[in-house]
Amino acid sequence: MHLDLDQNLVRKARELAKAVTDDVQKFINLRSTDSVERTVTRLYGIDGVDTDGIPLPNVVVHDVKSHDGLKRGITYWIANACVAKSMSPQEIAESVGRKEFSLVEIRPQKESIVAEKIDELTEESIRKLEKIKNERDSMLETLGNPNQPYIYVIVATGNIYEDVIQAKAAVSEGADIIAVIRSTAQSLLDFVPFGVTTEGYGGTYATQANFKIMREALDEMASKVGRYIRLTNYASGLCMPEISAMAALEGLDMLLNDSMYGILFRNINMMRTFVDQYTSRFICAFSHITINTGEDNYIKTSDPIDRAHTVTASQLINEQFALKAGMKPEYMGIGHAFEIDPDVENGLLYEIAHALLTRELFPNATPKYMPPTRYMTGNIFKGYAQNTLYNLVSIMTGQSIHLLGMLTEAIHTPLVQDRYLAISNAKYVFNNAKALGKDIEFKKDGFIQKEASRVLENAISLLEHVKEVGLMASIEESVFGDISRKMDEGKGADGVFVKDEDYYNPIFDKMETMVRGDGL
Amino acid sequence: MIPNLDLKNIKPYGDQTNDGVIQLSFTLPIPAGAKAREAARMLVESMGFSDIQIVLTEDIGEDFTFFVIYAKTNKYVDYTSIKTFEVEITKMGIEEINDKISKYLKRQVVIVGATIGSDAHTIGLDSILNMKGYHGDSGLERYKAFKVYNLGSQVPPLELVRKAREYKADVILVSQIVTQREIHIKQLTDLVDILDAEKLRDKVLLIVGGPRITHELAVELGYDAGFGAGTMPSDVAAYITDRILKRSS
Repeated sequence: MHLDLDQNLVRKARELAKAVTDDVQKFINLRSTDSVERTVTRLYGIDGVDTDGIPLPNVVVHDVKSHDGLKRGITYWIANACVAKSMSPQEIAESVGRKEFSLVEIRPQKESIVAEKIDELTEESIRKLEKIKNERDSMLETLGNPNQPYIYVIVATGNIYEDVIQAKAAVSEGADIIAVIRSTAQSLLDFVPFGVTTEGYGGTYATQANFKIMREALDEMASKVGRYIRLTNYASGLCMPEISAMAALEGLDMLLNDSMYGILFRNINMMRTFVDQYTSRFICAFSHITINTGEDNYIKTSDPIDRAHTVTASQLINEQFALKAGMKPEYMGIGHAFEIDPDVENGLLYEIAHALLTRELFPNATPKYMPPTRYMTGNIFKGYAQNTLYNLVSIMTGQSIHLLGMLTEAIHTPLVQDRYLAISNAKYVFNNAKALGKDIEFKKDGFIQKEASRVLENAISLLEHVKEVGLMASIEESVFGDISRKMDEGKGADGVFVKDEDYYNPIFDKMETMVRGDGL
Repeated sequence: MIPNLDLKNIKPYGDQTNDGVIQLSFTLPIPAGAKAREAARMLVESMGFSDIQIVLTEDIGEDFTFFVIYAKTNKYVDYTSIKTFEVEITKMGIEEINDKISKYLKRQVVIVGATIGSDAHTIGLDSILNMKGYHGDSGLERYKAFKVYNLGSQVPPLELVRKAREYKADVILVSQIVTQREIHIKQLTDLVDILDAEKLRDKVLLIVGGPRITHELAVELGYDAGFGAGTMPSDVAAYITDRILKRSS
């Protein structure tokens, strides 16, 4: 089945989205953030905490920033200190943590030797990332990709060890992707917590140690069940690029990563988010991590039919930002959701039109489809029926990443049997309706064709407006999710700075060059 | 109601009066098999059930077994002795509320709403406050009588109190949806403490809503009212109108 979309309109929509993001990219290219610099330190091997429990990447970046040295980038300062003290970056960071010295007070070393040190550290880090990526790719090839839609479930116990138990059970029931939900409000922390954690609210802290534990558990299960199991976490919030780097180091497969989510739904400063998403995305591109965009959120706060075009417009913007970061379409999990009020007449037809529009607008991407949440009421039996329809739309319209709905949505984090019931429902529907999409033709000028065209046309009008006033001004006008955010407000604004002429960040320069060569 | 029902001995109704049938489902962390079935049966029996029918025993992986069971309870309750603790509401229409407020208060009622602390979920708050409301029942923004400030999610209690003072709020409406390990209780208590410290507690009508909130709990925590699952915006509107007018008179 397919939609009779006017391909000229599709092209036009893409061109508009490109123009919109081109403007923002100019701002991005001139700037860096505290989080971007902390990411550099992590890639050079800095990890751990000082005696006050502050992560060493924060300690080092704060040290340089408080002496007004950050505008030339953190790299020079680390390499200069390594040469002067004959220490590794980690040893340097530990010394700064013990307040033995400040990086900017160290006498500048001979330029050519510092440059050599930088090359050496950069080379080592890139080699390490490449090795991890290659290992993932070869494991995926050996075990094989599961059929799409991939069955994606969430674990959210707050304790990484309980998460492992539930994740293993889910994999043996048929899950292809495990997402470890983060502790509530972690996205607003301007640092990444350190070490293994067993106490979290509504989820488990995203830490590198927790990533490692779950990765090992899933690899063990993957060998047992004979199919590749993907691991997902969250790179949104104030530490987008750092989380991406940690995910790259621990071999994660997917990250929730949206170019505007933090701005709209977490009230994070616009410029901070735009700069951070760019860095986090070329790290994902480099390490073959699939991003999942967050358009489902718009229609949780605004009407899923009236505002369907805001989803489409945002998807196109997310795609353009991802392309700018060198991502290949196959690593773009373009987001959308099944959120229409179940009391709406022909709601299913609207859902099919919207889901198919996403599929057809992004034929080479891996769309991420998300289940009903807004109208899940506590009537678990009705909720189970809603999830059945959702599963049907997903298999019919050929979605790629399928987040399973839980019958206890809005009641509690999933019980072990909730996940089992959800997986059985999805497997039943996917198998029973496997070729349905291939066998259906929608009536020309029928409900579904018209609805899809309506949404696309409205998305174009919206993008035309956004292009005219600029993306940042449109966000101020509450174009997306009916939420308004001001340009100079929001959390993390003080962590954004304009790079000096002598700003130097060779590891990111190299990664960007490599993904461009490899990607487009 | 069924005629001649013994209200002193109320039991679940499945297929016949007083049959006491209940459906249960749960998971045991043991491998599926005869032993697991027996464990499930014994567990249910120990809870005072008889005629236990285990209709599903399913291996759900990693040595977890899921059961669906029908059984008859030997317990009952005396319906005639039950007293509940609910918010008393006299239903009023939008126009009636607008008229009453403009006639007796002669200004708009200022309402400030937010989800506090770590709760990022605004669905409940928005259903009550937003113009659109919930299932055809308009939200408080639709009422001319109300001036609504929806502060959104994850507002620190201190910030909420500051805004309430700034806007001269008559009503503070807090929504708490997600909870784990009772964290919502602490957040709700913090708000009351801050209002007390700021000497604002008596000046505002303090309301909390959410799926796990009861009026009883709300009052215990120092709130004027608590609204649980199934609350419609018009319920909250009528309650606010009634209380604000009583206070002002």
